[in-house]
Amino acid sequence: MIHPEEVKSLLIRHFPGAEVSVADQTGTMDHFDIHVISKVFEGKTLIEQHRMVQVPLEAALTDGRIHAVQIKTRTSL
Amino acid sequence: MPDDFKAERQKEVSSNKIVLYIKGTKEQPQCGFSAATIQAFKLLGKPFHTIDVLSNPEIRSRMQEFSNWPTFPQVFVGGQFLGGCDIVTEMYETGELKKVVEATFNS
Repeated sequence: MIHPEEVKSLLIRHFPGAEVSVADQTGTMDHFDIHVISKVFEGKTLIEQHRMVQVPLEAALTDGRIHAVQIKTRTSL
Repeated sequence: MPDDFKAERQKEVSSNKIVLYIKGTKEQPQCGFSAATIQAFKLLGKPFHTIDVLSNPEIRSRMQEFSNWPTFPQVFVGGQFLGGCDIVTEMYETGELKKVVEATFNS
């Protein structure tokens, strides 16, 4: 379990200037719907973009605080 | 025997055009993300091979390292790791999945 705000701040710290939204999908604070809009994704494949989003969440994914994430990445609005 | 595990997986993903490591079976997926991924491939109408990680604890625990990907399902097309449910559904919606799959079957 991890608070959605904490997930959001992990992402914002990792992607300065990015537009980040995190929604608790199940109300159990372990399944999150994550949207990240950032220029850093430009020219990257989808898999590279998703791997980049997983980096700051790795510890929480590994120790089980996060069970599942749904990721959506964009380079602009 | 770490090398055996890698060698077996390499063989598995390269001897089938499409391989899905999922929770449950093609007929009875045990997780919504696995179900959504299966659905996308069913709609494309090409044969695909699935491996149930729930009944293979070793695969379940070691795939993370093998693919450098934290969750299931994990999808391989033409021996290449493609991604998980989000990537597959997004690629399905944009038509890119169909292109990748057809290119693999035509090669």
